[in-house]
Amino acid sequence: MLYINCPHCGMRSQNEFSYGGDASVKRPELNTEISDKEWDDFVYNRKSLRGKHLELWQHISGCRQWIKVERDTATHEIFRTFKADEEVA
Amino acid sequence: MTQAFRIENGGLINRDKKLSFKFNGKNYFGYEGDTLASALLANGVHLVGRSFKYHRPRGFFGAGVDEPYAVVQLYRNGETEPNIKATEQELFEGLEAKSVNCWPSVNFDIGAINNFLRIFLPAGFYYKTFMWPKSFWYRIYEPFIRKAAGLGVASTKHDKERYEHKYEHCDLLIAGSGPSGLAGAYAAAKNGAKVILAEDKPRFGGSLLTSDVNIGNQSGKDWAEGIIAELKTMPNVVVKNRSQIFGYYDHNMLVMSEKVSDHLPSTKKYHPNKRLWYIRAKEVLISSGSIERPIVFGNNDTPGVMLSSAAKEYLKVYGVVVGRKPLVFTNNDSGYETAIEFKKHGVDPVVLDSRINPDSEIIDEAKNLEINIKNSYVVVAAQGYKKVKSADIASISEDKKQLGKIENIQCDCICVSGFWTPTIHLASQSGNKTKFKEEIDAFVPGQSKQNEITLGAANGEFSLEETLKTSFTAGSELSKKITENDNKIAIPNVVEKKSSQHDKFWCVPLPKGKSYKRFLDFQNDVAVSDVEIALREGYRSIEHVKRYTTLGMATDQGKTSNLNGLQLVSEIENKVVPSVGHTTFRPPYTPVSIGAIVGREVGKHSKPTRKSPMHSWHEKNNAVFVDAGVWLRPRYYRRGNENLFEGSKREAKNVRTNVGVCDVTTLGKIDIKGPDAAELLNRVYTNAWLKLPVGKARYGVMLREDGIVMDDGTTTRISENHYHMTTTTAQAANVLSHLEYYLQLVWPELNVNVVSTTEQWAGAAIAGPKSRDLLQKLFPNSNVSNEGLPFMGYMEGDLFGVKARIYRISFSGELAYEVNVESDYGNFMWEKIIEVGEEFNIQPYGTEALSTLRIEMGHVAGSELDGRTIPYDNALEGLVSKKKDFIGKRSLQRSAFIEENRQRIVGVVPLDKQTSIPEGSHLVKDDKAPLPNPKLGHISASCWSVEYDNPFSLAILKDGKNMIGQKLFAMSPLKNKVIPVEIVSSHYVDPKGERVRS
Repeated sequence: MLYINCPHCGMRSQNEFSYGGDASVKRPELNTEISDKEWDDFVYNRKSLRGKHLELWQHISGCRQWIKVERDTATHEIFRTFKADEEVA
Repeated sequence: MTQAFRIENGGLINRDKKLSFKFNGKNYFGYEGDTLASALLANGVHLVGRSFKYHRPRGFFGAGVDEPYAVVQLYRNGETEPNIKATEQELFEGLEAKSVNCWPSVNFDIGAINNFLRIFLPAGFYYKTFMWPKSFWYRIYEPFIRKAAGLGVASTKHDKERYEHKYEHCDLLIAGSGPSGLAGAYAAAKNGAKVILAEDKPRFGGSLLTSDVNIGNQSGKDWAEGIIAELKTMPNVVVKNRSQIFGYYDHNMLVMSEKVSDHLPSTKKYHPNKRLWYIRAKEVLISSGSIERPIVFGNNDTPGVMLSSAAKEYLKVYGVVVGRKPLVFTNNDSGYETAIEFKKHGVDPVVLDSRINPDSEIIDEAKNLEINIKNSYVVVAAQGYKKVKSADIASISEDKKQLGKIENIQCDCICVSGFWTPTIHLASQSGNKTKFKEEIDAFVPGQSKQNEITLGAANGEFSLEETLKTSFTAGSELSKKITENDNKIAIPNVVEKKSSQHDKFWCVPLPKGKSYKRFLDFQNDVAVSDVEIALREGYRSIEHVKRYTTLGMATDQGKTSNLNGLQLVSEIENKVVPSVGHTTFRPPYTPVSIGAIVGREVGKHSKPTRKSPMHSWHEKNNAVFVDAGVWLRPRYYRRGNENLFEGSKREAKNVRTNVGVCDVTTLGKIDIKGPDAAELLNRVYTNAWLKLPVGKARYGVMLREDGIVMDDGTTTRISENHYHMTTTTAQAANVLSHLEYYLQLVWPELNVNVVSTTEQWAGAAIAGPKSRDLLQKLFPNSNVSNEGLPFMGYMEGDLFGVKARIYRISFSGELAYEVNVESDYGNFMWEKIIEVGEEFNIQPYGTEALSTLRIEMGHVAGSELDGRTIPYDNALEGLVSKKKDFIGKRSLQRSAFIEENRQRIVGVVPLDKQTSIPEGSHLVKDDKAPLPNPKLGHISASCWSVEYDNPFSLAILKDGKNMIGQKLFAMSPLKNKVIPVEIVSSHYVDPKGERVRS
């Protein structure tokens, strides 16, 4: 079970969180023309990386904040975590 | 009564307390502190089971977790548990056990005919034989294999025992209380670290209980007892026996199974049977020791052949001699330690050593005791069927290929030692890449992967002095990092006998003209010849060889067989063992009860049960409850002998004619506040929200980004920047997360807060033509006329002194209102509604009537919004704004979603107006068409229309728009029904929606 450092609450076990997928996906702006390809990439197409992956988790049984977690998908090592509005450098 | 194989004195059992037990129907006795295995051996019982495939007689091979044979069916306190290792089961008064894998009895087993047919049952036999004809599999092969295979039988009764889960954090977790674990725990504890020390056996001390060593001028056993006693007094230390750490998971999470009650005749009141510990440890010291491995020889599965370390343990811990004429067969000094113990207790062993001329302090001691030692000698085969009677032995050449003349010597047991295999399971599970250590012919942990360190025998270090030194140091260093204390501990001096190098010899060659079975894996009957077949047939990867032959599978997971299997593969393949590699070690290390894994989450505890504030009223009024997500909701209120159908019909009818009241507390409620609240709603819902006035409610549909309907509900503008959103009962949590996602990540610039208020409000839906009259009486000071409170209107009111929110919304399609009060007043509100409603013939109605009402109105719910439908499919396209953008809008342009003959909701009526259509039935054009009959749609919900008094269903039907008036068939293979039906509008009752506005 992963041990995730919630930037708001501290170290918490995985069972307090729910997974939210790739954090690098950006929703297209509202009210703009979007091609089929762009929209498909946003809704469906994901990379399924092996290695470092920036992903979303929600601390659903805690502070309810969505956070970003930088995790290795092969080893499960967690490198850094960020608040929802924090820029990931 | 004396026991033939129990020595006069000695052992760690309590001879003052006799315990009687039953094995295969026969009465025996043992002592407190015995295991079932030691007690049976004390009584001279060696035959305990039959093997898995050939049904050969099986005895005891080990004395603990590695035991491959002695798996029994246990009976305790009216319950039965399969696959218990007799070597681990502690004896208690009244214990009962039976052999498995034999019928009709262990002494006469019909399946043993497989032993004589064994040339027809080689590796892969089942795979090859039972493949064809295909139709034979279900009827003949599978039932046969099921009867023939398997070990014990699981109980079919409800398990009365309780199992608990516990979460724990610690600085240092130690797996195993042998010398390494004790030293590490002691040093860390002295530095103030929070330590958990786990031991799977009942007694602490590991190898110190049986070894002849001295630590700090006392015996190893006494030293261990002293350390444990001191650790137990320290507040920062938890010592747990009967506790097996069986899994090492991510981020230093380990799981331990504590057997709280298995050693007692019955579980004590308020105690669990087992407790599962989830332990998050900062550091882990793996001191799990090592397991002796056998040398392979002919008929090496005969009862009476056992590990030499097990024989020593039975003697030193339990005071049991496993034989009066033991033969010790060894390739290292450990066999001598066992021989010396036999000799000290007046039993004369013969030692066969495969080495030419070994020399060490231990061997010298054996020689001084005048033990008969034969060097360069091996056991070729054991003789005897149900028990070893003699052994064929021979000298062996230096290259281990040639056997000398075969002699037969009398013996009643063969104690075999092929050196030691470190227990590296936990390190390997943690992700540690193990490495092969030539000197010991075994794998040891390599570079640490997580915060784990492996020491002592588990790390291939068999010197006690070295083990204590490294373990004390590790305990200090690891704890110092955490507690920043540095209390120096003097490492005690150690007296141990030096041993000599073991012989890299693991398998006795077959003598010419003999075809003895030489077993590698005793639990699964995998012999040398089986692995040879697998390799001959082209299996190369050790993982494939394992699966083809079953080598290393089942309850012992190859603890005694893995390395010999690898040796064999490497020899035939002409590779070195490390390049063959080992199979993956996966948790659990040893079998864990399913009950322990499930814990308290059984029955009603498997999920939370939520009850509305009116629950006790429902109970008192004969409500029959149904699970709705985590909620318990009244399905109907039974009157007299009514069944569900009659009761719900009565309730629904009363709503259509008078007035009914339904508990709608369970609906999800979300409070939305902030200057951008309207903008959020406008983006989340498909329809327009910017112009909704204060005091008005609106129905809305929200989509996922892929265009599929996520949920529906009404949202009411309470004040300028304050909205009250309702969701379906099932989707409440998802909708809240959905809103939080967009507010926190996508549109953080929106100034809005959302919070769940589901449990803060109790809700009652009042529906029916007389609902307004009732409402007026409930709120005499409010103007609830059609003008004062029009359809989709909202107002606050005073309900006999309680502040209430009144919404004019309707799910039933009737004139209806929903009244909310703070939860604590829920029951007050409900009782008032019932009391005041009496003159209007009010009746409470449950979810079944609620469904009936919404179905015949064509209102969609969860069975239509099933994660596969878009707004058009639910006839909700009128709510999709063309002007503004919203979540999922772009997806609605997908070609499949705009197809001319897109699926759409319709009503379905059986032609005979009698037969109810099972939900889930398929709609087809031709009921006689060959299978697979093309499916045009499916029945999503069914009811008995109280308006027309005939069955009515909703369906999602291909090209539903153009299908009205068509005749189709509803087919339910599950219910074996074919029903001719007519397709009608989904709005079966009041299609213009006049009632809700009346």
